[in-house]
Amino acid sequence: MATKKSNTIKLKFDSSRNLAPAPESKSAAKINSRYDLFINGKFEKPSGKKYFDTINPATEEKLSEVAEANEADVNKAVKAARDAYDKVWKKMPAKERAKYIYRIARMVQERAREFSVIETLDGGKPIRESRDFDVPTAANHFFYYAGWADKLEYAFPNRNVEPLGVAGQIIPWNFPLLMAAWKIAPALATGNTVVLKPAETTPLTALKLAEIIEEADLPPGVVNIITGAGATGAAIVNHPDVNKIAFTGSTDVGKIIQRAIANTNKKATLELGGKAANIIFDDAPLDQAVEGVINGIFFNQGHVCCAGSRLYVQESVYKTVLRKLKDRMESLIVGDPMDKNTDIGAINSRSQLEVINKYLKIGQQEGAEMYQTACSIPKKGFFCRPTIFTNVAQSNRIAQEEIFGPVLTIQTFRTDDEVIEKANNTPFGLSAGVWTDKGSKIFNMTTKLRAGVVWANTYNKFDPTSPFGGYKESGYGREGGLHGLNAYVSLV
Amino acid sequence: MASTISMPDFSLSPHVDQVGIEERASRVTKRSIKNETKINGLKLALNMIDLTTLEGKDTDGKVKQLCYKAQHLHDQYPGLPTVAAVCVYPSMVKTAKTALGDSGIKVAAVATAFPSGQAPRDVKIRDTKFAVDQGADEIDMVISRGKFHQGEYNFVFDEIAAVKEACGDARLKVILETGELVTYDKVRRASDIAMYAGADFIKTSTGKISPAATLPVTLVMLEAIRDFYYKTGKKIAMKPAGGISKAKLALHYLVLLNEVLGEEWMNNEWFRFGASSLANDILMQLMKQKTGVYQSADYFSID
Repeated sequence: MATKKSNTIKLKFDSSRNLAPAPESKSAAKINSRYDLFINGKFEKPSGKKYFDTINPATEEKLSEVAEANEADVNKAVKAARDAYDKVWKKMPAKERAKYIYRIARMVQERAREFSVIETLDGGKPIRESRDFDVPTAANHFFYYAGWADKLEYAFPNRNVEPLGVAGQIIPWNFPLLMAAWKIAPALATGNTVVLKPAETTPLTALKLAEIIEEADLPPGVVNIITGAGATGAAIVNHPDVNKIAFTGSTDVGKIIQRAIANTNKKATLELGGKAANIIFDDAPLDQAVEGVINGIFFNQGHVCCAGSRLYVQESVYKTVLRKLKDRMESLIVGDPMDKNTDIGAINSRSQLEVINKYLKIGQQEGAEMYQTACSIPKKGFFCRPTIFTNVAQSNRIAQEEIFGPVLTIQTFRTDDEVIEKANNTPFGLSAGVWTDKGSKIFNMTTKLRAGVVWANTYNKFDPTSPFGGYKESGYGREGGLHGLNAYVSLV
Repeated sequence: MASTISMPDFSLSPHVDQVGIEERASRVTKRSIKNETKINGLKLALNMIDLTTLEGKDTDGKVKQLCYKAQHLHDQYPGLPTVAAVCVYPSMVKTAKTALGDSGIKVAAVATAFPSGQAPRDVKIRDTKFAVDQGADEIDMVISRGKFHQGEYNFVFDEIAAVKEACGDARLKVILETGELVTYDKVRRASDIAMYAGADFIKTSTGKISPAATLPVTLVMLEAIRDFYYKTGKKIAMKPAGGISKAKLALHYLVLLNEVLGEEWMNNEWFRFGASSLANDILMQLMKQKTGVYQSADYFSID
């Protein structure tokens, strides 16, 4: 391990990581041994009769098996959505639609503990995050868009607002329930019906949501949730009766979708990868900036499209920031995601861990200096120590490509113009962070950084009222807030 | 470590972001402290208490009883530590010193025209010297908040340095009275001034002003201690005081301490709680851990 220590004075943090176990109880959630496809208001067996396993990435144990939807199933789901759209949902008064969405929101809240336990078991994220962030934010999203349902004429004054029809929605594995909420809530509020496919490694909370939707008595077919891998997603994208594609995931798949829907009438929003710059100026409140760096890159094991994965530090405070960052990293607890004290849980899948490890090798081969904390990690399951790379240049691959793990690159800069140029020197443009005590500098930076979201003196803050989306290869379209409605309506 | 500490420009003390510091502090309240970690933490917290009585109506009798409590927190629970110190006014130092005998418990005295600090410097020095002569092991002084707000940092600095000199071998705790400084920026600046002027401890509050100690304020001060340590190699101790009356909150303070300064600070030489009612809540929790049930407050002595 490349852990060169330059400080003669060193604080000791071993005991801060060795807390007695404080596990959340697995029995708080009921997971069926098998899940079918949620089509037209009920669970149906897949026509191909195929199922695939979903595992707990922290233990590699099987949690359940879920149905694999083939083209025929996708066809059935789209047809159910079309019928529900034509016969029920389109005609329903907006305030009635809102009542259903409010009901879903309340039921997510009521069963928050169950959702967070399943999210953590299936995806590997720390229970603290699924409990305090994923589930409450998902519920908030439903509440927020429920409020818009009967106020669309105020959202788009003097325009006639029409829904698009059937929305095909494909979501990633990093925030499974939250992404389902981001997709479903605005679609329903604007009068569309939905066919949603969760990621193959994390289908369980979406299926739990399907159970809630069934209990909430949503008219059959308004929301259909089907599981499967890439082929299922492709069948949704290519289905001729789908009017809108909403995709969150990798840039590569985003490009495939873009090609597939060319020459069709389908509208699309794509929320893709990122390689965000997090910029610390010398006048910043450094301890809080360091905390923001921690939240920026180690939140959800770095499986965040807007993760602050490129840190730029003004050279005059570089040494101080690096020392503070290393000290703070030493108190992070890596391990069992179900333990309430865990800060960094399991990497979502073996293949993602391999991707991360590949980049750790590349970084070292490129001559960057790697530092990992001294913490122990469990023998079983997919885990990665929090990692930082120093001695990095723009021309390093680890500073250019999205790693999607707890891996930070650190570069220094001298002037404002230089850092703006470097921050924008990327094919991505999803998010950025600026840390300074000077208000005017914040505004100067935010107008010049080409990123959909720029956080000032904070990082990874989400709110249903705030739009989110990218520039360049980070995608197009906005989700959240008033802008999020726009992606699901046609204005006449 | 060469002692070439140069005095910085205190107007350039690092800035603190209010939202950020409060978020970081609230994160430690998410730590779930269970089983042996909890029991060890509670015992450690007991051992870090400066058991305090600072009232105009304090008498020999009251102080003697408090000193007895300090040595016998709850004899039904064998193997408990004592508190770290008893904190009294200078006039009560002798009584406390006699009552505590060779128990190893320190006597701390608040001096320098506590709590307001509105007195001439020679009075403050005499107050300090009197307490030390009476046998105080530790002196808790207050800074001149008025002068601090006027921007007269050199005055504040010199005063602390002068009191430190008057302390002789007694360890000096410098009370910033953060409730009167109000902003985190000012807490940070006052912490830097106190440490560079010779404080052995920095302490949040007198307990006479609300708000007293809070987690974010303590975090600001712990970060100041850490920066000072890296700059000078000199360890400074921390004492949050006032408003900490629950065992759970005390555990959160220990988590914060452990995550910011690490385990070398996790003892009563480097960390204290200034509190009067905290001890009984900790005892109640310890008995709960031992017996599985909560006992009524009447089963814990009040002195």
